[in-house]
Amino acid sequence: MRVALFITCVNDTLYPRTGQAVVTLLERLGVKVGFPEAQSCCGQPQFNTGYRHETEPLLRRYATAFRDYEYVVTPSGSCAAMVRDNYPRMGAKAAAEGRGQELADAAAEAVPKTYELTEFLTDVLKVTDVGAYYPHTVTYHPTCHGLRMLKLGDRPRSLLAAVKGLNLVELPGAEECCGFGGTFAVKNAAVSAAMGADKARNITATGAEAVCTLDNSCQLHIGGTLARQGSAVRPVHLAEILASTEGDVW
Amino acid sequence: MSGTHQVHGDQQPSGTQRGAQSGAQRGTHQATYLGMPAFPQAADASTRNTQLRANLRHATHTIRAKRATAVAELDDWSRLRAAGAAIKDRTLRHLDQYLEQLESAVTAAGGQVHWAADADEANRIVTELVRATGEREVVKVKSMATQEIGLNGALATAGITAYETDLAELIVQLGDDLPSHILVPAIHRNRGEIRDIFTEKMSQWGRPAPEGLTDAPADLAEAARLHLREKFLNAKVGISGANFMVAETGTLVVVESEGNGRMCLTLPETLISVVGIEKVVPTFQDLEVFLQLLPRSSTAERMNPYTSTWTGTTDADGPRTFHLVLLDNGRTDTLADTVGRQALRCIRCSACLNVCPVYERAGGHAYGSAYPGPIGAILTPQLRGTQSELDASLPYASSLCGACYEVCPVAIDIPEILVHLRERVVEGGPASVRGTRTVIKPAKGHAAERAAMRAARWALDHPRLLRTGQRLASRTRRFHPRRLPGPGRAWSDTRELPKVPEESFRDWWQRTRGGSGTGSRPEGRKKTT
Repeated sequence: MRVALFITCVNDTLYPRTGQAVVTLLERLGVKVGFPEAQSCCGQPQFNTGYRHETEPLLRRYATAFRDYEYVVTPSGSCAAMVRDNYPRMGAKAAAEGRGQELADAAAEAVPKTYELTEFLTDVLKVTDVGAYYPHTVTYHPTCHGLRMLKLGDRPRSLLAAVKGLNLVELPGAEECCGFGGTFAVKNAAVSAAMGADKARNITATGAEAVCTLDNSCQLHIGGTLARQGSAVRPVHLAEILASTEGDVW
Repeated sequence: MSGTHQVHGDQQPSGTQRGAQSGAQRGTHQATYLGMPAFPQAADASTRNTQLRANLRHATHTIRAKRATAVAELDDWSRLRAAGAAIKDRTLRHLDQYLEQLESAVTAAGGQVHWAADADEANRIVTELVRATGEREVVKVKSMATQEIGLNGALATAGITAYETDLAELIVQLGDDLPSHILVPAIHRNRGEIRDIFTEKMSQWGRPAPEGLTDAPADLAEAARLHLREKFLNAKVGISGANFMVAETGTLVVVESEGNGRMCLTLPETLISVVGIEKVVPTFQDLEVFLQLLPRSSTAERMNPYTSTWTGTTDADGPRTFHLVLLDNGRTDTLADTVGRQALRCIRCSACLNVCPVYERAGGHAYGSAYPGPIGAILTPQLRGTQSELDASLPYASSLCGACYEVCPVAIDIPEILVHLRERVVEGGPASVRGTRTVIKPAKGHAAERAAMRAARWALDHPRLLRTGQRLASRTRRFHPRRLPGPGRAWSDTRELPKVPEESFRDWWQRTRGGSGTGSRPEGRKKTT
């Protein structure tokens, strides 16, 4: 099984710990992980702001970088959804613009091998108890693209439920967007901040020590808002919880 | 009827004078979305209005929960939804044929059909039809199409007073206000505000509010019932929209909850219906699908309370004259767009508004059109174009969370269309404008963003350059400010900036694995605190 990690630009630059957690976790489960260094960004910031043509080189780069792998695993619901939902649309639009099938073919190559981390664990490795130990009270915020585009369902919760020592508390209004939305966070800063403030207050009210998500881009916003509100709750990626064991607590 | 009129006629000027006076004094009929600021500025103001935020939060969360329960009752909801989308898509594919079939059927049933290419033409047709009756007052059924074209303002200019009879539209009209929701136009008002509006304004339009009116819902409804009753009984001309038009029979359908619509559709001698061309469905049987989808999605009701249907005119009952004004006003242009045309499936249920976290905080007025919320953000820039600052800002009025798509009863992929329209804003491209294929230019004011996006893409497409940037950020991490200057303030005014790590993942991998693709187990990490 040739498995590559797609770290994503946000994790690479700001949250390397999440990538280290994915590597630790997958190796513990007996999976050899590769990291092709030609990888970069999925192009979501450009695409979702309307710059589709600027995104095309990044689609090609993705397809090429992971060409030698059967599986591409990424600790981001949003980036996985970008590949799965939007790469084929970009290919179809390029073809409709009379630029041939090249981009559509690259998309078709990239899509079936791309897995969000919890999909890879539960659907490919068929494991929900990964032997993790995390002695903390945690609340879970299902990030929108994982919830609604990837339709991850109860995959993340079933993984969390199997973690020893973890006390999962319900987040009120869990399925409401945190307000990040990429460039939305600055283009509509007031609404984004209002959504974030409501989300952060709900998180703090749970009494949890940590808020778990599958997307560190959302955590950038949630964590930044929690910190500004003076909340002690810390953001944590699911991968870091699953990487933690009794012998090696994260 | 005349008795009722005279009783109140002793107390106040006649309706015609009333309308002319109020229109001139308060500009009621001229309330318009024109000249509104771009979405971010309007929404910024809304987020600081605590009363508005509380009203919207309470209303949207209540109806959101009810809808979820009503939809969950049906095992075949996903199939109904797929059927609704398929019927609309098929109809839109052959829209020209169905519209001509509809015209023939309506004409055969005694109605007259008029075609309006845009808002001005529709307003002109309706104004002339009302003038031909000799009447100076009309009663209106709640209608999105007439809000879209600004019909009340056009009629007022011609000296014709239009009375809104839907309870919420009445609140909006009396309050010299604009609708902020498709289904509940006065959603931004709480009952205390409504009591004040009724007490202050009803007397200027007709029967005053009862003395000592309270804010109890039953008392407010009774005040509206008494006020409106004289309008219904006096009206000679009714104006409506329609939720559906059946091509095979020429039947029009209005779906409403109060019965006020049925009054307007049956009591006047002349009925004029202004309907968007996308409202046609092929057969009467197709209504079976939509009359399940619509009530559960909009009011969370299993069955709609007042569903009025009429086919042309009937000798012994109802209006003697029926006019149907078919409205294009940008719909043909929307239909020409292979991605954006999904928006024409919309049945105006409002489920997307009620579930939208952005609508909940920005309020409906921020969208600057009769169509607020997620559907407005994709419909308005297609019907009106993306050239004004407001219209160009609408596709960005979303975090792309996808909640709207999830609840849409006709499966309009709103996030997909939002991104598609963002592309039209920043890149321009082919589009249909007033029926002609053209290449539109990018909207103004995006040059700096375009340059930044291009630079970012270039850096991201050169991972070595990306690495250099990451290392530079790591080395200078101690000097990073807590708050950003300039445009960055939009982030750091409300959110802490993330700490840049000592080492990027890329560098960690290189250091520990030597770039060989695999290597030693990650080193021990500091225990989380």
